Amino acid sequence: MFYREAGDFKTSYTEDNQTFPIKFDRYRYYAVLVFAFAVVPFVINDYWVNAVFLPFLIYAIAAIGLNILVGYCGQVSLGTGGFMAVGAYAVYKLMTAFPDVSMFIHVILAGVITAGVGVLFGLPSLRIKGFYLAVATLAAQFFLVWLFNRVPWFYNYSASGQISSPERTVLGVPITGAETAPWAAYLFCLVFVTLSALVARNLTRGMAGRKWMAIRDMDIAAEIIGVNPLKAKLTAFAVSSFFVGISGALFFSVYLGAVEVGEAFGINKSFLVLFMVIIGGLGSIFGSFAGAAFLVLLPVLLKNALVGGMGWPTDLAAHLEFIIVGGLIIIFLIAEPHGLAQLWRVTKEKLRLWPFPH
Amino acid sequence: MPEQLIWGMEVFLNGLMSGVLYALVALGFVLIFKASGIFNYAQGVMALFAALTLVGIMEGQVPFSHLINAIFGTEVHHFGWHVPALLAILLTMVVMVAMAWVVNQLIFRHLVNQEPIILFMATIGLAYFLEGFGDMMWGSDIKKLDVGLPQGLNPFIDEVTYNIFGYGFFIDNLDIVATVVAALLVVVLVIFAQYSKQGRAMRAVADDHQAALSVGISLNFIWVMVWSLAGFVALVAGIMWGTKSGVQFSLSLIALKALPVLMLGGFTSIPGAIVGGLIIGVGEKVFEFAIGAPYLGGATEIWFAYVLALIFLVFRPQGLFGEKIIERV
Repeated sequence: MFYREAGDFKTSYTEDNQTFPIKFDRYRYYAVLVFAFAVVPFVINDYWVNAVFLPFLIYAIAAIGLNILVGYCGQVSLGTGGFMAVGAYAVYKLMTAFPDVSMFIHVILAGVITAGVGVLFGLPSLRIKGFYLAVATLAAQFFLVWLFNRVPWFYNYSASGQISSPERTVLGVPITGAETAPWAAYLFCLVFVTLSALVARNLTRGMAGRKWMAIRDMDIAAEIIGVNPLKAKLTAFAVSSFFVGISGALFFSVYLGAVEVGEAFGINKSFLVLFMVIIGGLGSIFGSFAGAAFLVLLPVLLKNALVGGMGWPTDLAAHLEFIIVGGLIIIFLIAEPHGLAQLWRVTKEKLRLWPFPH
Repeated sequence: MPEQLIWGMEVFLNGLMSGVLYALVALGFVLIFKASGIFNYAQGVMALFAALTLVGIMEGQVPFSHLINAIFGTEVHHFGWHVPALLAILLTMVVMVAMAWVVNQLIFRHLVNQEPIILFMATIGLAYFLEGFGDMMWGSDIKKLDVGLPQGLNPFIDEVTYNIFGYGFFIDNLDIVATVVAALLVVVLVIFAQYSKQGRAMRAVADDHQAALSVGISLNFIWVMVWSLAGFVALVAGIMWGTKSGVQFSLSLIALKALPVLMLGGFTSIPGAIVGGLIIGVGEKVFEFAIGAPYLGGATEIWFAYVLALIFLVFRPQGLFGEKIIERV
């Protein structure tokens, strides 16, 4: 009954090529967007923004970025934390150097800078494949974090070695700093998430995405049918790093406000984003959202249930969280290697016929 | 002889010793990778888990005491006995074999014929699980491990070098023991793989699963055996590192140190792991001494190994001793 193509007549190529070709699907997305933009900002409070919405939105951007690289182009990267750090430090340098420019432009520029760094560290992917590449991206992770820790220019010679975001505005409304209203921070991130998802979705449907997928499925065969591996791999690294850089910039400036690089952007962050992509579903934009939501909500729920509900000590709850996350990843890989996105696809197929399955 | 050069030699020797310890961890990776094609990220956490279990058994800790206390409101911590080191090591080995069996039965049997990258991610999941499990079982505080290995300055080397150079080298006894143990372990493993029946079966499985199956080799047995062997290597590495710097979370990070060693030496070569470990150990110490500390602000050890391996791989993608990678459409 739902998600059916029947009765939805297309009369032009533009209509046929639109982002969501099924009418029901399209209106559902519109409804979600209207809800997110017009309802949530009015009912939201400080706790919900900081515990749930901001981390979810920001990690969703990072997961989309990593999914483009791992899920669509097949190049496994363990350097996400390092690239997020590049975005954070780029936006910090821009914010302090040009205080009058809108934050919106700063964040985009931070993404562009990260894309450049990503291409640089993506160069070895032309020679190195598979595990060797995964381990090689760790070089980016450790080197970048070390660099931001040791070179005082990056943190403006501050005594603590930390960076903290001063107050900056968009259209006169403060977005960063202590004075930020919850709804402003939320809306600012939401705009970036919406744009990222839209761009990513359309990139992966188009020529660029098909080239990436050809490289993922078999790079030698792709080369023979005329896909340039150099261009395809490097564009994947650039686009992926762009999104990851944006998420790093937002993570620092809007969400945390002050950052110690080794703690906020360490190797654990790389794994966390990778897990989001795996649990959500490799090669699916919706999966990136699902994975981010899952891994952001799980610790909050566990903490509320165990520490708040049953009175366990926090360190025990943290250990249990490790066990559950590790166990879930294994279970997902065994039972559903395509992640939450696959469950959603199966549900959609069922819904087409429901409630008359014959 | 100028002082700088003598210090450099001391740094070189110390690098050689720490390289041996890296190689010890890398060995466990190579074993599993050769026999089952699984790149086992959990090797470092296995070392941590083995060391935690060893300390727990020696001290007579009650497993899950923290959890039990939190749920039932009791106050149990220790059984009140102390197990001698040798017996505790044996018991830990039993635990590691049991773990190998469980890991094989519950996880990797279900993932046969999956892509290597899926298997790799499964081991990352396993690493997370084991980390939480080990901490929950034995507590996450830093523990001292002492199985009676000699520690501290070696007076003999100190004296000899003092007589030659007029400056005594500081070489830790523990590092010497670790070197001897690692060398022994490699010899034993190579002999095992080359000449014993099970070792040959292991190499056959590594070569071709189906062919090995068709001549009557039990895949399950071989996999459990290989994971147990890796558990054994993890235990040895855990003892060495645990004695050196205490049993704590950072022990699991030695896996990250072993990765560039593997890249350099090649994933499939036991001698490669040793040579790679030595190159990285010496390289990072000498680099830190000569360039890192004076010019770059120090702590270059974190990334030097990776960057070295990365540059190296660009010229030789299969590592020093790895098998040549052949791809067909």
